[in-house]
Amino acid sequence: MTIASQTPREALIAAPPAATAPAPDRTPPKRRTTLTRNRWGYAYVAPFFLVFGAFSLYPFIYTAWVSLHRTSLSNIDGGTWVGLENYRNLLQSEFFWNAARNTLTIGILATVPQLCMALGLAHLLNYKLRGRTFFRTVMLMPYATSIAAATLVFAQLFGRDYGLINTFLEAVGLERIDWEAGTLSSQVAIAVIVTWRWTGYNALIYLAAMQSIPGELYEAAEIDGASRWKQFLHVTIPSLRPTILFTIVVSTIGAVQLFGEPLLFAGNGTTSGGSSGQYQTLGLLMYQQGWSNFHIGQAATTAWAMFMIILVIVGLNAVIGRLRSRADR
Amino acid sequence: MATLALPGTETTAVTPVDRPERRGGKGSKAGKAGPVTYTLLTLTALVSIFPLYWTLVAGSHTNAELAASTPPFLPNASLFENFRLALEQAPIGKAILNSILVSGAITVGTVLFCTLAGFAFAKLQFRGKGLLLALVIGTMMVPTQLSVIPLFMMIADLQWVNQLQAVILPTLVSAFGVFFMRQFLISALPNELLEAGRVDGASTFRIFWSIVVPVARPAMAVLAMLTFLTAWNEFFWPIIALTTANPTVQVALAGLGSGYVPQQSVIMAGTLLGTLPVLIVFTILGKQIVGGIMQGAVKG
Repeated sequence: MTIASQTPREALIAAPPAATAPAPDRTPPKRRTTLTRNRWGYAYVAPFFLVFGAFSLYPFIYTAWVSLHRTSLSNIDGGTWVGLENYRNLLQSEFFWNAARNTLTIGILATVPQLCMALGLAHLLNYKLRGRTFFRTVMLMPYATSIAAATLVFAQLFGRDYGLINTFLEAVGLERIDWEAGTLSSQVAIAVIVTWRWTGYNALIYLAAMQSIPGELYEAAEIDGASRWKQFLHVTIPSLRPTILFTIVVSTIGAVQLFGEPLLFAGNGTTSGGSSGQYQTLGLLMYQQGWSNFHIGQAATTAWAMFMIILVIVGLNAVIGRLRSRADR
Repeated sequence: MATLALPGTETTAVTPVDRPERRGGKGSKAGKAGPVTYTLLTLTALVSIFPLYWTLVAGSHTNAELAASTPPFLPNASLFENFRLALEQAPIGKAILNSILVSGAITVGTVLFCTLAGFAFAKLQFRGKGLLLALVIGTMMVPTQLSVIPLFMMIADLQWVNQLQAVILPTLVSAFGVFFMRQFLISALPNELLEAGRVDGASTFRIFWSIVVPVARPAMAVLAMLTFLTAWNEFFWPIIALTTANPTVQVALAGLGSGYVPQQSVIMAGTLLGTLPVLIVFTILGKQIVGGIMQGAVKG
């Protein structure tokens, strides 16, 4: 969770954390060489853990402590112990439930089409292809674009009066939409930004996994008379299941944290998420509580609520994954 | 959190791709791409690139031209005038310099520290190693939001608000990077090589410098590119720690959008300025970045 660079999204690069779990037990058989049994190990990991501990681990735990206090931004060190009051307030706050609902709908609108399209795209990219480097690189372009840049451009495209999308709608005889004003329309627009940025990236992750599916599986399927579509359904998808599960988890975590897109979507950087909070997400709410309303304790509570949501989602996915792989055996 | 490793654990069954190109050919025994495939891919490519192209188009017209009933589709002459206005309204030049500094420092630190730690986790035995590694991996999934508040208190105490080190220091290491380097070094670095170095009487640090680093170089390059890209695009923490007085590119762009009279053409020109450096890098190194992501996906 190292702060800046690590949107968990990025962790996806590490994607299926393959050898993770078995790691401790899989260390090479103990050999008594001076090199591999080495207290210098600590010296090597020390720089990482010093920075990591000071700027990630300690703040992470301290956030829980802050969430039990009434602390304002102007009085950062002093705070009054209030126990679970912030949590009670949060659960009774309609702003929280509104933001939670918005986060959920935007998350679904952004994640489901994104991953489906990425899967299809990976399938296409897996054909023998001329200019395949070109296609792969171009599809990763959006990923290289920053949230701020992407959001500003899309806000322009979705503009009510002169936005290109409305111009197009009008040209084909449909009605203009005030994208930012509506609940569904604004959420769809934000989901489009997220989808645009991440589809190509996820496609590459799937493509990498597809390429390590042994060709024999397809041969066997073909002998059995499976059509191309059936092969995709019964060979490709099952082989990709761990990767798919992982992208679902990571995209969902990303969606729970959604912040930059709703902050900049109206173009003016307000934290309310639209005139009636129609696209205020949990991430944005937390920022508003802490840095607009200066209520740091309440913001910390929201942060922990987000973490709990993520834990539940990750847990559910792990359980489903385990059940399914057991069913396969 | 260890459960997180679960989905991936199963991937161990999937052998890493050694030569993606060859395998690609084999996997695509599904056949050669037909016209439908090319059409769909071309459409996707267009959708991927159009918003970036539109930034150029919109940034090179006046507002009035943008508002015309038939919007323009080709770049125009007002680009440099809009650049000038954008630079006037937001310190984008300074922001680019800041972003280069910040991203550069983060990249150097991340690559160095993660290689060190990744090597130790891959090849050295020490007490508590498993626990420490689990800690690294577990926290990879904890959202940034969860540490931002104490972090802000910390930098406020240190009077670092609006200082670049406030953005650099917390990001100087990455759990992902440690894991990435570990995965690479486990298979890429033969123990015999290390033992040979030891037999020759090299110190542990000497071994790191002259044996580990050369072997790790390809992975270090990949990690460097990905780290730089991510650091350049990082939004959430910089916008809390910095202001538009001393911004990174992302903070400056956010400020540009929140001007009193939003002038779309100027905003777009500024967006273009802020995006150009990374697009240039991406055009040059795109192939390697693609390879790095795919490699990380399978090996990770």
